[in-house]
Amino acid sequence: MYAVGDLRKGLKIEIEGVPYLITEYSFLKPGKGQAVYTVRMKNLLTGSTMTKSYRSNESFGEPNIEEKELRFSYKENEDFVFVDESYEQFSISAEVLGNSKFFLAEDMKVNAMYFNGQPIEVTLPFFVEKKIVFTEPGARGNTATNVTKPATIEGGYEIHVPLFINQGDTVRIDTRTGDYADRVSK
Amino acid sequence: MTPEILSRMKPALETRSRVLQAIRDFFLGRGFIEVDTPVRIPAPALELHIDAEPSGDAFLRTSPELHMKRLLAAGYERIFQMGPCFRRGERGRLHNPEFTMLEWYRLNADYNDILADAKMLISFVAGKVLGGTSLTYRGQRIELMPVWECLSVEEAFLLHAGWDPVRKFDADRFDLDLVGKVEPGLPLQCPVVLMDYPAEAAALARRKPGRPEVAERWELYIGGMEIVNAFSELTDPVEQRRRFEECAGERKKAGREVYRVDEEFLKALEKGMPEAGGAALGVDRLVMLFAGSDDIDGVRPFCT
Repeated sequence: MYAVGDLRKGLKIEIEGVPYLITEYSFLKPGKGQAVYTVRMKNLLTGSTMTKSYRSNESFGEPNIEEKELRFSYKENEDFVFVDESYEQFSISAEVLGNSKFFLAEDMKVNAMYFNGQPIEVTLPFFVEKKIVFTEPGARGNTATNVTKPATIEGGYEIHVPLFINQGDTVRIDTRTGDYADRVSK
Repeated sequence: MTPEILSRMKPALETRSRVLQAIRDFFLGRGFIEVDTPVRIPAPALELHIDAEPSGDAFLRTSPELHMKRLLAAGYERIFQMGPCFRRGERGRLHNPEFTMLEWYRLNADYNDILADAKMLISFVAGKVLGGTSLTYRGQRIELMPVWECLSVEEAFLLHAGWDPVRKFDADRFDLDLVGKVEPGLPLQCPVVLMDYPAEAAALARRKPGRPEVAERWELYIGGMEIVNAFSELTDPVEQRRRFEECAGERKKAGREVYRVDEEFLKALEKGMPEAGGAALGVDRLVMLFAGSDDIDGVRPFCT
C-alpha cells in the first residue's frame, strides 16, 4: 500500500484493480489548511489520462507489474512473438501492440510491461526507420515541409510526409506519435 | 545533492544571503529586537493540519509563535525571529519539511498595522536585493509597489468558487476550493491580500469586533504563492484554551498525534496580554521570487 504522501512522478499505483502511472504530482497546502495532493495519471490498460485530487487520508494499492526486455522474433497470425535473453518465447497480441505493430522489425529491442502476468504495453525505441512503399509523386522542386501527402510504409501503415519524399525513400518515424520525423535516405 | 548542483545554486544563495541581511536591517532599523526561542519544544501549537517532527521526548517547533507571544506578554513591544521550523510530511514545489520562517510581533497593534509593516518590508527588501520593486517570476511581470490588491475571503470565494464560506463554513470544501479555484484565480501582476477568514479557519486569531463570524487574519500572495500569514493575535486565555481543546479533540478523532496544551503560554495570557499583531513569512518563498526559482529546492541547499 502507498499513502498519498508516498506518491511521486513515475510511480505506478493501483486503484480499483486498474494500474496507473503517475505523470505529474503536486503537493498543495494552504498554511493552516489540509494538504491537497493533485495527481495526473495514465491508465495503463487504456492509455487515457486523468487528474484527481486527494487528501492525506487516502491510500493506494501497489500493482503487480513486471517489465521484460524482449526482442521481436516473428509474427504468427494475429500474434507477435518475442524472445528474451534466454530465448524463451512470449506471445503478444496485435491489440496490445496497437500501432506499434507496424513499426516492429526483426530483432528490435522492446520493453514489455506485464500486469498480473498479462502483457499490457509494449514500448519501442523512440525512432524506427521504414521504407516508403507507395506515395504519389510530389510537385517538382517543392521543398516545403508544412505541406504533406499520404504515404504507405512497408507493413501497410499510412503516415503523412512532406512533398519531397518519394516512393522508395527511407524515413524515420517517431513511435510515440506514429508521425514522420525526417528522411534518412533517397 | 551533487557538488555540480550546489555550484549552480551559487547565484540563488547569494540572493538568499542578501534577502536575510535586508530583513534583519529592516527590523533592526525600526526598533525591533531579534530573539532566539527554542527549536526543540515540549508542546507545539495545536493545529488541525500541522504535524510536528518528534525529537526524543519533545518536538521540533512548527513555528516559534507560542514562545514569542510569551515574550510579548512579558512586555517586549517589538520582536522578530528568523530561523528553522519543521513540519512533518510537507514536501512539494513550495514545501520542504525543514524551512526558514520569519515571524514578527508588535504589542498594541492589530493586523492592519502588521499589513503596513509587511508592505514596507517587501518594498525595502526588494530595493536592497533588486534595486527596485519590479520583478519577473515564472514569466509574469510583477509590480511589488505601490498597489496591493485587498480582497476579503468572502469576495474571493464568491468570485472564484461561487459560494460564501463565512455564511456557512465547510472545512473540506474550503481547503479544496482555496487551492483549486481561489488561489489560481488571484491576480498575478501585483501582491494580493486575502483578508478576514472564517473564524473556523484561524485558530490563533482574534475575532473581528462586531463581526464574530470572521477572524482578523490575512494572507499575502505574490506570484500566486502564499508568502505571509498574519493575525490580530488572540489574547483571551479562555477562548484560546477552548480552541486548543477543540483542536485536540479533532486531531484525536482524525487519528493524529495530540500534543499537550502549552500551559505556560496560557498562563502568560491569563496574566493579561495587551492587544498584539503578528505575522509569519516563508523566507524560502520570498527568496524564490527574488532569485527567479520555480522550486524551493533551488533556494535551499540540501533539501530532503
